[in-house]
Amino acid sequence: MIQLHGVTKRYGDAYAVQDVTLTAASEATTLLIGPSGSGKSTLLRLMIGLTRPDTGTVTVADDRLAPSNARALRRRMGYVIQEGGLFPHLTGRANAALMARHLGWSSDRINARIDELTRLVQLDPDRLAQYPTELSGGQRQRVSLMRALMLDPDVLLLDEPLGALDPMIRADLQDDLRDIFRRLGKTVVFVTHDLGEAAFFGDRIVLLRQGRIEQSGTMQTLLSDPASPFVTDFIQAQRAPLEHLHAEE
Amino acid sequence: MVQNASLSPRSILLSFLVFLTLSVAPAYGQGTDSTLTLGSKKFTENVILGWMGTHLIRAEGLPATHREELGGSRFLWEALRRGDIDAYPEYTGTLRQELLADVDVAPGALADTLARYGIAMTAPLGFNNTYALGMRADRAAALGVETIADLRDHPDLRLGFTNEFMDRSDGWPSLRRAYDLPQSARGLDHDIAYRGLESGEIDVIDLYSTDAEIEQYDLRVLRDTKDHFPAYEAVFLYRRDLATRAPAAITALKRLAGQIPADTMQRLNARSNIDQTDEATVAADFLNQSLGLNATAETDTRAERLRRYTADHLVLVGLSLGLAILFGVPLGIVAAKRRILGPGVLVVVGVIYTIPALALLAMMVPPLGLGRVPAVTALALYSLLPIVWTTYTGLKGISGPLRESADALGLSAAAKLWRVELPLAGRSILAGIKIAVIINIGAATLGALIGAGGYGQPILTGIRRANLGLILEGTVPAAVLTILALALLEGLERGLLPRSMQS
Repeated sequence: MIQLHGVTKRYGDAYAVQDVTLTAASEATTLLIGPSGSGKSTLLRLMIGLTRPDTGTVTVADDRLAPSNARALRRRMGYVIQEGGLFPHLTGRANAALMARHLGWSSDRINARIDELTRLVQLDPDRLAQYPTELSGGQRQRVSLMRALMLDPDVLLLDEPLGALDPMIRADLQDDLRDIFRRLGKTVVFVTHDLGEAAFFGDRIVLLRQGRIEQSGTMQTLLSDPASPFVTDFIQAQRAPLEHLHAEE
Repeated sequence: MVQNASLSPRSILLSFLVFLTLSVAPAYGQGTDSTLTLGSKKFTENVILGWMGTHLIRAEGLPATHREELGGSRFLWEALRRGDIDAYPEYTGTLRQELLADVDVAPGALADTLARYGIAMTAPLGFNNTYALGMRADRAAALGVETIADLRDHPDLRLGFTNEFMDRSDGWPSLRRAYDLPQSARGLDHDIAYRGLESGEIDVIDLYSTDAEIEQYDLRVLRDTKDHFPAYEAVFLYRRDLATRAPAAITALKRLAGQIPADTMQRLNARSNIDQTDEATVAADFLNQSLGLNATAETDTRAERLRRYTADHLVLVGLSLGLAILFGVPLGIVAAKRRILGPGVLVVVGVIYTIPALALLAMMVPPLGLGRVPAVTALALYSLLPIVWTTYTGLKGISGPLRESADALGLSAAAKLWRVELPLAGRSILAGIKIAVIINIGAATLGALIGAGGYGQPILTGIRRANLGLILEGTVPAAVLTILALALLEGLERGLLPRSMQS
């Protein structure tokens, strides 16, 4: 579980996040959605301590995040970004195993965990010997997920993990990811700008606008009981293209 | 990483100790305590005199080595005062005008002044190597010109002087006033002046009174009857403590007093510069003939010389490059990571590089003396720039998402550096090391000027004797060494970097 309480983050005069209070529940997937610059990625970075809030607190499980414990807490969180952030000088396997090796795990233990994760993310084990540049976008994100899950963290944070993939691969990976989230029962926070993806994953959707929470709840609530015209507009904007097609038929 | 963290400082310490041991070890050919060391400047006459001193001391049964062709009077003077060398041939004019220029030396008080520096000098060796004017002997005889004053009677004579002589305070302008000469002169290159003299386009040139060319072109040196030019009498300078350490050495050096008249020195210079005879042999032959010595000059074969130069050069390059990497990579890291200190490091390293390599070498001599230690230090400083800068740019070039990924994993700053950032900057750092190798192998040839040996030694001799073969003896192996070193680094790059990081 992650709790944000009254968190504000400014860059110069601009508010990236303004007075946000939010709880990402355990064993549930919380979706952060909103237009560009709405502060969704900043929120994720605040949760893992890559950015420090100007005011307010971030609590992971029962520990308040501070510079002194940030490193220890990060090891209880997995983090996946859009392009994967895999290290180009390491093979897929070495990328996944990096932190475990750093912590001095035995190679047996590492191998066992990698085998387990390879099955979980449904990656061809042969691909692990390849370097990131030799993998397809989808394979890279699967390896990236393995790396995030290596230490079996309580929390999984994903920042538009499927944003750079083409639609077919994306659909495949969406299915797999949802299965994985359900099976693992972790606290998942998932950033996307895609409404369909939010609906697909989200137990709870948090719609952000200019660093503030515009509305949070299930997709159904957002549809049936929008908190403001912005919520309606945001949903409408993503639906519109397909409805146009229907109208022309 | 715990193991790694404790291992890397230890390995750094170890390599540092290795360096210290090697650099403190005496350079090739440098003597141990009981061996006396003579020095000489990088022009032929001084090298011949240096060998004479060496042969004479050896004839007394004392071990002696000769560090020939060192960079300049100031280097030798400093080295003598520090005790890096025990004796070297010098000129009274150089002492008065240059080395003791700040000191008021009364006429006849030179020896007393030197004593204050712990240095003594022998009586003059016999010749005065000063500025002089020369004419073709046949032309001078035809016109009846024997002294500089005689030029006054021949206002049509054409005078061609080196640019240095045109500018010097005791050069042409003051000479013209002193002798009230009617001619005007033009500035020329030294070689062109000789050719002009030979073809008859020029009648009078400036020269040094013991130049080999005097004999070669059959020139007459015009007497300086007004003593306009300061005396540059050759003497041996030696450390006063030789009187207790090795009194026989002083006796040996003193045997040369008054033994070498100017025409003899001209002839010896010509044997070396024009006939290309080795200086050690020229010196030995002279001593055997005039002082009845039985000296022999050991002359190396080309292969032996090449082996010695290569060994010296490899030590210079290897040690200085090792040091440059040892300090350069950490400095590059500091430059990339520390906000205030970082830019300072880059600037300082950049400024060091703007100092010409020769000047940097010269700066090392007063504190560090002659030989390997100052040469390696200067070369290491000189090689820092490419390594520091490429380490810096390599680290700065790592994309933000990659850096954040390392942070998000929970790696400590040190582990992030070691496991992620340095490997990612590896290609850039290796490129810097390659540039440093090329700079270093070239600059190391200057090490010969301060007695560190290497490929610069034959180059210096070759330039001095205008001998292309000798110059090539230094430049070709240096080029081969560069190619081999680059090939080695290329192989290292293939072995060290994963295939995803290779070009």
